[in-house]
Amino acid sequence: MSVETSKHRELGLTDAEFGLICEKLGREPNDVELAMFSLLWSEHCAYKHSRKLLGKLPTEGERVLMGPGENAGAVSVGNGYAVAFKVESHNHPSAVEPFEGAATGVGGIMRDVFAIGARPIALLNSLRFGELDSARSRHLLDGAVRGIGHYGNSIGVATVGGEIYFEDPYEHNCLVNAMCIGLAKSEDMVRAAAAGVGNAVVLMGASTGRDGIGGASVLASAELGEGDSDKRPTVQIGDPFEESKVLECCLELLEKGLLVSLQDLGAAGLTSSAGEMASAGGVGIDIDVARVPLREPDMEPFEIMVSESQERMLAVVEPARVAEVLAVCEKWQTGSAEIGVVTDSGQIRILRGGEVVGEMPVEALVDGCPLYDIEPGEPEGWTYGNRATLAAGASAEDELLALLAAPSIASKRWAFEQYDAVVGSRTVRRPESAEAAVLQLPEAGNAIAVSIDGNGRRVACDPHAGTIEAVLECAQNLACVGAEPLGLTNCLNFGNPEKPLPAWQLDRAVSALAEACTALGVPVVGGNVSLYNEGPDGPIYPTPVVSMVGELPDPAQVAGNAFAAAGDAIGLIGPFAPTLAGSELAKQRGELALGLPQPDIAAVAAACATVREAVRAGRLACAHDVSDGGFAVALAECAIGAGLGARVDLQPLRDRGCSPEEALFGEGSGGFLVSGERAELDALGAVYLGEVGGTTIEIAAGDRSLVVGLDGAESAWRSLPAQAEHRGA
Amino acid sequence: MIWGVLQFPGSCDERDALHACEVAHGEARLVWHEDRDLSGIDAVVVPGGFSYGDYLRAGAIARFSPAMEAVAEFAAAGGPVLGICNGFQVLCEAGLLPGALLRNQELRFVCRQVELVAEGSSEEVLSIPAKHGEGRYYAAEEVLDELEGNGQVAYRYAPGHNFNGSARDIAGVRNEAGNVVGLMPHPEHAVDPLTGSTDGLRVFEAVAAAGARA
Repeated sequence: MSVETSKHRELGLTDAEFGLICEKLGREPNDVELAMFSLLWSEHCAYKHSRKLLGKLPTEGERVLMGPGENAGAVSVGNGYAVAFKVESHNHPSAVEPFEGAATGVGGIMRDVFAIGARPIALLNSLRFGELDSARSRHLLDGAVRGIGHYGNSIGVATVGGEIYFEDPYEHNCLVNAMCIGLAKSEDMVRAAAAGVGNAVVLMGASTGRDGIGGASVLASAELGEGDSDKRPTVQIGDPFEESKVLECCLELLEKGLLVSLQDLGAAGLTSSAGEMASAGGVGIDIDVARVPLREPDMEPFEIMVSESQERMLAVVEPARVAEVLAVCEKWQTGSAEIGVVTDSGQIRILRGGEVVGEMPVEALVDGCPLYDIEPGEPEGWTYGNRATLAAGASAEDELLALLAAPSIASKRWAFEQYDAVVGSRTVRRPESAEAAVLQLPEAGNAIAVSIDGNGRRVACDPHAGTIEAVLECAQNLACVGAEPLGLTNCLNFGNPEKPLPAWQLDRAVSALAEACTALGVPVVGGNVSLYNEGPDGPIYPTPVVSMVGELPDPAQVAGNAFAAAGDAIGLIGPFAPTLAGSELAKQRGELALGLPQPDIAAVAAACATVREAVRAGRLACAHDVSDGGFAVALAECAIGAGLGARVDLQPLRDRGCSPEEALFGEGSGGFLVSGERAELDALGAVYLGEVGGTTIEIAAGDRSLVVGLDGAESAWRSLPAQAEHRGA
Repeated sequence: MIWGVLQFPGSCDERDALHACEVAHGEARLVWHEDRDLSGIDAVVVPGGFSYGDYLRAGAIARFSPAMEAVAEFAAAGGPVLGICNGFQVLCEAGLLPGALLRNQELRFVCRQVELVAEGSSEEVLSIPAKHGEGRYYAAEEVLDELEGNGQVAYRYAPGHNFNGSARDIAGVRNEAGNVVGLMPHPEHAVDPLTGSTDGLRVFEAVAAAGARA
């Protein structure tokens, strides 16, 4: 084996891919070219195992202004305004160095949003860790939460929502998915296509260092294993102050109309941003690495081209306006340098002064990577193991308290209080006060709601039904605040697609995502794929994180998720017929197995419409989606939030064929727990269950009837800080 | 009344402060950190955020900005100045207010709606969000005694709301003349019932009133 061939393997390219590169170039690539190809042909940049599947997703819709392929998706919210949003993973960096990994995940997703000319107005996140009895999980949770807070708080963008689940399969490979929402005037949005032969290419923001070199290929496109601390130098370091200046600078440049196009530098740094801008515009780009401001003077051309130093943006500027652009950068005290030019060569040329050190056709570099079919293999049984934590024969009361104290269900206040939720003066509903975050848009005269969901355990039980449930849960959460979905984005976190099980999970989940979105009429406006999420024990739970943005006409008409007044009637809306399959209770009993009932999408959509219209008309005092832990947990959450007890009889669920346990703790789509005046609930067709009041939670469910004091329920539900900080253990 | 809201690189809450000033009383404009010109401005807000990244120490760099030199002169002439969160830290660093803000006792950033008692005749209780990692008010015991003796404690956390461990539950202080006020919680985020409360307006009105007296 020659030195050259071993080098491409070290960089993650197969022999066949290397052969294809040689064929496209008509020669062997030099080191600069090989480094650039290895990154753009990595899974992270080329989506080579997922792109074929993603073609199934519906992307068209009346309100869609920008769809997949742009830096972020965008939908119209009326009055000439657009909301841009995207979610992206930063899983592997966070598993190696949680604070910086999570912080730069937030920084990266914000750049995607302001790259299209939208001002970031909100952040959300979706996190997965191993169980909290593991010191490693507590370390990762603490670091990731601090990192998210550090970056978002420092830059002044509100973190308004999110979710955290704790499951053993994420022990070695945590998930950190960050989401950003931006607001723009529709006419001011910019695309990332380079245009105008002879135009200047300007690099703005931080200087370029050796941090994060090879991050996309080394970290994002291979499994984690022993000795990952060696990979720490490939994790990027974030500087929110720099990003704050670059953000304001870019928005001012766009407002003044000084830029032809704009692109953020993320994974694979200059290589991908220049390559993608050239590809989108059908042009070539020359870049002179000698003109790139460096942190270290002796960097090699390949290092400059692949560095993932944070807080950098690349712009195409007409030559006559370069001086004005540099002056605005100077005002914001952020770096700027004219480093290249748009050409008609169709080539990406890398120069160092007068010397050409790399030259590749844009088409080969950006779009030439072969796409692979995956080979799904359906498992014969449950492969993730079971760990019973609940004593056999536990009473229904003990089960309810154990569920409320489960870290995946317990209040996440410990985490979200570390995030600024109020900056920007848009946050109408802060975390845990409603089923979805609600942001007012005075410019557009209305409001948006956002929810982010994805229960990996249920997707592991049934990738098809579990993924549909995730989409439906988003839709249900939006309905609870009176919002109608405008668009969906997603982050598909899966294991190694070259193995049969993750390939099967991915294939089934993407089909289900397409089916659910098509049935609901919700377009997919963007997405991100994170594969190779595995630890020594195997793949993570397949985790499609989906997020929906919806519109509501009046932010003053938003239902909370806590009871409002004693004496209010409690009812159930929707085709809810829960089972214990894949439930939190089944997990705690160590009874997880393959298979979930298939949700009835049309029936759930109809229930969503009923709830949405009732909330908009102010007919419901409280609306709570029934999800993790089942009806009993939803009831307890409504009660704890209000400091009011409740008494209900679940006979109507028994009449649907549920056992007492299923009625109490079973899970499944399509359940809305609502409260309000009895006459209103009856008129809405809600099934009457009982009344708000007292200081206990009383649930009649045959031989599993229970009575739990509100105080005891609340202390269980608020036990996350003690578990996260390992107090009293 | 025309308010001037300082804007440093790294400011976060300046646009919200601008909006709050408009809701409270009349007009408002941003003052760039390199600008020394406060002509025509009746009251100054030093807003929250992370001025210059808050590297070195919160507020330690901003105090040397040209705009802050102008604010010091403005304050010396009796002009009303309100420092919010990072602005409070900047005013303490600049010596315009006594004391210092240390890291929260739990060593974590906290964002929470808190209740404040406005010291003075009314003893009004205000519900306002606080959000900071370095908001534990500290001063030497004799300075604290002096502040209390002079009526320089402007706001205290209501019982149970002092999450950062501030000395004597102090959330905000004023200078001896009474025209410079700083507090950690964010009145500019409490001017709209939809986002939680309108109690923040009382804080802006108090500053305006102090300006009218001066």
